[in-house]
Amino acid sequence: MNAYLLIIIPLAGAVLAALWPHKDTRPLFLPAVGLVHSLLCLALLVKPTAVDPAAWLAFDPLARAILPGVSLLFLICACYAVSYLRLKEQDNRVFVPALLLVLGLLSAGHQARHLGILWIATEAVTLACVPLIHFNGTPRSFEATWKYLLVGGTGIALSLLGSICLGYASLHGGGSGDITFTALLAQGPGLSRVWVLTAWVLLLVGYGTKMGLAPMHTWKPDAYGESPGIVGALLAGGVTSVAFMALLRIKSVVHAAGAGAVADRTLLAIGLFSALIAALFLLRTRDFKRMLAYSSVEHMGILCIASSLGPPGVWAALFHVWSNGLTKGALFLSAGNLQAAANSSSIDEVRGMSKVLPRSSLLLVAGMFAITACPPFGPFFSELLIVRTALAAGQGWAVALFLVCLLLAFFGLSRIVLSVVDGRPRRKKTNAAPFRESAGLILPPLLLLVASLWLGLFTPDLLKGAWSAAVLQLFPTP
Amino acid sequence: MNDTLNLLIGLAMGLNLLALGTSRLPVLIRTVAAQGVLLGLLPLVLEAHALDWRLVLITLATVAGKGLLIPYLLIRAMRSANIARELEPFIGYIPSLLLGAGGTIAAVALTRYLPLLPEHTGNLHVPGAMALILTGFILLIGRTKAISQVCGYLILENGIYLAGLLLISSTPILVEFGILLDVTVGVFVIGIIVDRIQRAFDSLDTRKLTALHE
Repeated sequence: MNAYLLIIIPLAGAVLAALWPHKDTRPLFLPAVGLVHSLLCLALLVKPTAVDPAAWLAFDPLARAILPGVSLLFLICACYAVSYLRLKEQDNRVFVPALLLVLGLLSAGHQARHLGILWIATEAVTLACVPLIHFNGTPRSFEATWKYLLVGGTGIALSLLGSICLGYASLHGGGSGDITFTALLAQGPGLSRVWVLTAWVLLLVGYGTKMGLAPMHTWKPDAYGESPGIVGALLAGGVTSVAFMALLRIKSVVHAAGAGAVADRTLLAIGLFSALIAALFLLRTRDFKRMLAYSSVEHMGILCIASSLGPPGVWAALFHVWSNGLTKGALFLSAGNLQAAANSSSIDEVRGMSKVLPRSSLLLVAGMFAITACPPFGPFFSELLIVRTALAAGQGWAVALFLVCLLLAFFGLSRIVLSVVDGRPRRKKTNAAPFRESAGLILPPLLLLVASLWLGLFTPDLLKGAWSAAVLQLFPTP
Repeated sequence: MNDTLNLLIGLAMGLNLLALGTSRLPVLIRTVAAQGVLLGLLPLVLEAHALDWRLVLITLATVAGKGLLIPYLLIRAMRSANIARELEPFIGYIPSLLLGAGGTIAAVALTRYLPLLPEHTGNLHVPGAMALILTGFILLIGRTKAISQVCGYLILENGIYLAGLLLISSTPILVEFGILLDVTVGVFVIGIIVDRIQRAFDSLDTRKLTALHE
């Protein structure tokens, strides 16, 4: 029942927000719904309920390991959105309901235990994000939206084809063609191997597009660069995690079918490739919002590398989903402040922001160090764990390449962030109302950074237990 | 059963070639709609032995969605953009026709080597799905107008729908319905974006969308 509430409350909130007549008070729906959602998630995290194995939607251990983090990210972003939307003249009659819709559909995607439901939820999230991406209404934002729709739509179509192939693997292996994960896992080695491998390739490409793995990442810099910072935070921390969750669930089926080694190898290869491509583009880009998109591509690659390393790797990957989501959120929100004040996100036009917006600049620099895995923030500990797991698994070369990518990414990120923060501010041509760093715009990214710090220094036993339970669900001991 | 099935899928495959060969957008949109209707009728043929009201309902919804609602949305977007022709495709009409025809022949020939269940061999079901997916990709890559690309996406979606019918006896109706709903909403959203692109760029030529790059 609670599992359904997590979906129904945001959807009902979206309907109410769409009907609400006042522009100024409508954004308050976001923190209100976010708070209820987070409390419900927390209650379910502390006191997990038994899961009916046949249920299509349930708060199972895997959902329990990731969804609370997404919910926390949404709550903090929602508080930011209230102050952010106050600055904007545009009507938010579509923006606020779409954000709530995204939350509800994300909850559905995380809890989906049926390949078809999973696909429907992911596709619906993709569509619900469209009005968020072109919220600024500039021609560039429509261009970004079009590319997002075309690339994302094709990717998601391929994942539907992959889901069908997995169903056919069941039929061909003598099963019923039931595509709930429970039934597929139960059939295990009985699945037809050829069709499982076909399905794996299509699903990896399909959900990999949604995650933003190279070379299917091309929509990401455009969409993240042109959308408001809060949307980037939710896309990078929430939407990508649904696709990652989908890949984890599918990988466990491929494992059960006896093709786990193939799946692990492809995940490792595509993960390393994504990290490398992202690191190289980070050295080249001249836009600090697009920089964050490439950093997200890099971290999606890291998640794939980690999840190719067996049960301890998946545990580290779940840890990294949390630390990456929270840290990336802080970066997107503080970068959003800088962009709003300077009215640009290119390093050719934005300089000396430490004089204009000292607090946001400080947060951006701190976030940059956090995401490039400097201790003692969350990403340092999760990436350290991934490196140790990889070394224990005998993947020395992969670790070496991975570390090179991290170093290049650090060069790229620090180059851009420091050139934006340092120097003399450019004179503004127009004397528009100066951007004020109100508490509502500073506290949310600060909170996210503190959460990342807390996650690194004092990883709660509750979360460790939740991640272990999720690993146990994916790799049931024979 | 196989005769009716082959007839419907064969017609849909023929419409592929029409879609690849035409430069007129209204013809392209109606071709895609006709293909959607033909494929929408397939559940009745495949499950003729076990007809029930839910199956009839999903058939009606598919036919109405793909045959009426989606083309209506696309034609409206086309009229508001005030264009009727695709003049400068990336891949010309003759090369795309040749590619499509070659791909269709290859799909039919290759199906023999696929590990299929006995009931799925010897008819056009699997090769039809492959040919539609291929045609969809050719249109997606080879056309420059946003509306033609959407039509390519819909043919791709039709192909995947056809592949999905392989699982018709085991996939619950609810799931099929959800997928149909998503596709329809998707086209609706695309229609809005196409309209905005037209207003912002004064053109539907996606080659002009080049502001964002490294």
